[in-house]
Amino acid sequence: MAIELKMPALSPTMEEGKLAKWLVKEGDEVSSGDILAEIETDKATMEFESIDEGTVGKILIPEGTEGVKVGTVIAMLAGEGEDASAVSAPAAAPKVEAQAVKSDVIQDVSAASGTAKLQTEAKPKVADPEIPHGTNMKTSTVRDALRDAMAEEMRRDERVFVMGEEVAEYQGAYKVTQGLLEEFGPKRVIDTPITEYGFAGIGTGAAMGGLRPIVEFMTFNFAMQAIDHIINSAAKTNYMSGGQMRCPIVFRGPNGAASRVGAQHSQNYGPWYANVPGLVVIAPYDASDAKGLMKAAIRSEDPVVFLENELVYGRSFELPELDDHVLPIGKARIMREGSDVTIVSYSIGVGVALEAAEKLAEEGIDAEVLDLRTLRPLDKEAVLASLAKTNRIVVAEEGFPVCSIASEIAAICMEEGFDNLDAPVLRVCNEDVPLPYAANLEHAALIDTDRVIAAVKKVCYR
Amino acid sequence: MPKTKTDAASGTTDTPVTPAAEDNFALDTLQTTLESDKRYKADKDELFKLYEQMLLIRRFEEKAGQLYGLGLIGGFCHLYIGQEAVAVGLQSALDGDKDSVITGYRDHGHMLAYGIDPKVIMAELTGRAAGISKGKGGSMHMFSVEHKFYGGHGIVGAQVPLGAGLAFAHKYNEDGGVAMAYFGDGASNQGQVYEAFNMAALWKLPIIFVIENNQYAMGTAVKRSSAETHFHRRGSAFRIPGMQVDGMDVLEVRKAAEIALEYVRGGNGPVLMELNTYRYRGHSMSDPAKYRSREEVQGVRDNRDPIEHAKAELIAMGMTEEALKDLDKQVRKQITEAADFAESSPEPEMSELYTDVLVERY
Repeated sequence: MAIELKMPALSPTMEEGKLAKWLVKEGDEVSSGDILAEIETDKATMEFESIDEGTVGKILIPEGTEGVKVGTVIAMLAGEGEDASAVSAPAAAPKVEAQAVKSDVIQDVSAASGTAKLQTEAKPKVADPEIPHGTNMKTSTVRDALRDAMAEEMRRDERVFVMGEEVAEYQGAYKVTQGLLEEFGPKRVIDTPITEYGFAGIGTGAAMGGLRPIVEFMTFNFAMQAIDHIINSAAKTNYMSGGQMRCPIVFRGPNGAASRVGAQHSQNYGPWYANVPGLVVIAPYDASDAKGLMKAAIRSEDPVVFLENELVYGRSFELPELDDHVLPIGKARIMREGSDVTIVSYSIGVGVALEAAEKLAEEGIDAEVLDLRTLRPLDKEAVLASLAKTNRIVVAEEGFPVCSIASEIAAICMEEGFDNLDAPVLRVCNEDVPLPYAANLEHAALIDTDRVIAAVKKVCYR
Repeated sequence: MPKTKTDAASGTTDTPVTPAAEDNFALDTLQTTLESDKRYKADKDELFKLYEQMLLIRRFEEKAGQLYGLGLIGGFCHLYIGQEAVAVGLQSALDGDKDSVITGYRDHGHMLAYGIDPKVIMAELTGRAAGISKGKGGSMHMFSVEHKFYGGHGIVGAQVPLGAGLAFAHKYNEDGGVAMAYFGDGASNQGQVYEAFNMAALWKLPIIFVIENNQYAMGTAVKRSSAETHFHRRGSAFRIPGMQVDGMDVLEVRKAAEIALEYVRGGNGPVLMELNTYRYRGHSMSDPAKYRSREEVQGVRDNRDPIEHAKAELIAMGMTEEALKDLDKQVRKQITEAADFAESSPEPEMSELYTDVLVERY
C-alpha cells in the first residue's frame, strides 16, 4: 500500500510552509530517519524525516513551492514489493488541493488549538494620524517589521546590539532576528547561554556603561528568571541615583498565550511590568506600530519592556514606506472610529476587538476600537476622550482579569470619567485559571469576539 | 522538538573535541605569582596615602554609626569598619579614568576609596538634597557616573552580572577599561553570580570579581552557609583563575590587584579574588551580633587591624607620631565637616518626588 507523505506541521502555529528543497528523488530507496526534504516555516528551516521505509514514488510538490498547506500530500512512497513508478498521485490534484484546503486548514487548526479563535484578518480601519498623509504603503509581517526596526537602528547607532538565546546563528527562535548576524557580525548579535537572570543583568550593566542593548527573551515567561534585573536594576536606578545613572535598554520578546504550550509558557505580563514606575511598557498590535515603536524604544533613554506576540508575528499589515518610521511612545491609537461604545485593547486583543466591532456593526452597534499600544505610561487622555464620545467602555484583554490593564482602565474611568459613564466598565479577559493544555479547555479559557460582543451588548443595554 | 537546521556550519557531523591544551587549567597560576612576592613595595609617601584613605573610611563609618544612633540616618546602614584595606588596596591599583567599580549595599568605603567627596556621601545617608543621589537613594543606593562608580546595589548578588555588563561595555567600546565587581561571601552563593562567571569567562570580559569574605553572611558564618569556603575556587568550573589574599594587609591587597589587573588587561578574561577580611560592626546597625563572641571581634582588632598594621609600618619607615597625629586630626576635621554639612543641608524639595522616574517625557 503506497504511503502518502504529507506536509508536516513543524511548529504549534504553522499553517503552511515552503518546500525549500528535496533531498531525495523519485526512485530513491529511503529508510526511517532519512532526511527527505527541507521545509521553511515562518520561523526556521526544518528537516523533514521519513518515518517509513520504501521507494520514493511520485514527487507531487516541486521544490521551491511556497505556501504549501500543512497536510497537503507532497510525495508518494511505495512500500515493499510495490512498483514505485506505478504509485500514482491521490485522486485530487495536489495543486488544486493546496489551494482549496485553505479554509479547511484553518478549521483544523481551530480544532487543534484554542488560540485559533484569536486568529483574525481584521485590520485597522483608520490610518495612524502620525503617518504623513499620502505615504506609500507596503505589506509586511509584524516579524519583518520588528527585524527591520532593529536593523535600521543598528545601522544608525553603533552602541545598539542584540543579545539573547538563539538570536544569532539560529536566526532567532521565532526568526525575529533573522539576518542580523550576517549583517552586523557576532560582536553585535550575541548568542547567550540559557541564563536569563545573568544575561539580563549583563545587558542592564552594559546599558549603565553607556551601550544600547536589546535583550531578547525567547518568551517573556522566561523573563521571570530575570525580573529582578528588569525591575530592581533597570527600572529603579535612575531614580535612586538622582537622575545620574540611566539605563537605556530594550527587553523584548513574545508575550501572552501561544498555541497549546500550557500554563508555564502562556501568560501576559503586561500588567506586571505596567505596575512598575521607571519602566516604559509597549505592546503593539500591527506591523506599523511594531516597527515605529520598536525604533522609538531603542532610541529611548529609559528602560523599555517591549511585549510582542507569537501569534501575531506572522500576520501581515500595511507598513508605511518611510526612511525613518518612528512613532511616539505613550500614545494610544484609534483603530476604528465609532460612536456607540469604545472597546479598549492592546496587542493581540486588538484583532479580537476589531473583529467584534465588524460583527457589531452588522447589528447596528457602532463600536470604536482604541489600541493602547503603550501600557506605561498609559494614554489616559485617549481613553477618557473616547469615553466622553461613546459613554461606554469594554476592555478586551488577552490576560488574567485580576489586577489587569482592564482593571486599571476601569479605575481611570471611575476616577476621572465617572460623569461620562452610561454603564459600568466591563472587563473581557481570559478566564482566571492557568492556561490549560487540552484544546477544548484552552479554547474556553481565552477571550474571543463572542465574549466581547456580549459585553458590548450588555453595556449598550441591547 | 524537530531537528533544526541552523546554518552551513551545522552540516558537519564532527564530534566536538576539546583540544588537549585547553584541558590545562591551573586555578592557582596568579596565586603562585603572588606567593613569590606578596607585598607591594610602597615608599613612605605611598603608604601614607593608603593609610590616610583607610583612616578616612574608618572615621567616616564611625561618624555614620553615631549619626544613625542619633536618628539622623534611617533605614539600613552597613558599615565597612575592619574591611578598609580591601577597597583602598584594590582601587589604588585601578585607573580612575577608565576602570569602573560596582559593589553591593556596603558601599561607603568603595566610594571614599574612589575619591568621592565624603560630604555628598554623608548627606545622602541623612537623606538630604545635597546627597549624591539627591537624597533619593540612601546608604545602599549611591552612584557616581563621573567617577565610574556604578553603585551601590541593594539586591544581594545583582551587582555581579551588572559588573559583567560594565566589563562587556569596556570590551565593546575597546576603551581598555576593567570592571571591578565586589560582593560578599553571602552573595557568592547566589545563582546569578555563576551565570555571570560563565559568560564573563566565555566572552573573556575584562572583569575582576572580588569576594570580600568577611566571614559572615549577615549572621550566618561561612561554614554554616557554604559547602566550599575557599571562595577563590568558586570560579574553577568556569576556568577562572583564583587568588586568595589577606584583606587585612593593604600592601598585599595592592600587589594582588596589580597581578590580577595585568592578567585581565592582557585580554585573558576574568579573575576571581577572595579577600579575607573581617567586619567589626554588625551586619547592619540593627544587628545584635549574637552569632559571634566579643572575644573573636576583639582578637581581630588587636592582632589584624589593617590601619594599625599600616601605622606600625609607617613608624618603622621613619614617620613621626606627630605627623600621624596631625593626619588623624585633619581626617577628623574633614569628617566633622561632612557630618555638619549632612545635618544642616535641607531635605529634598517636594517636587523631587516626581523627578528622575523616567528620563524622557512621553
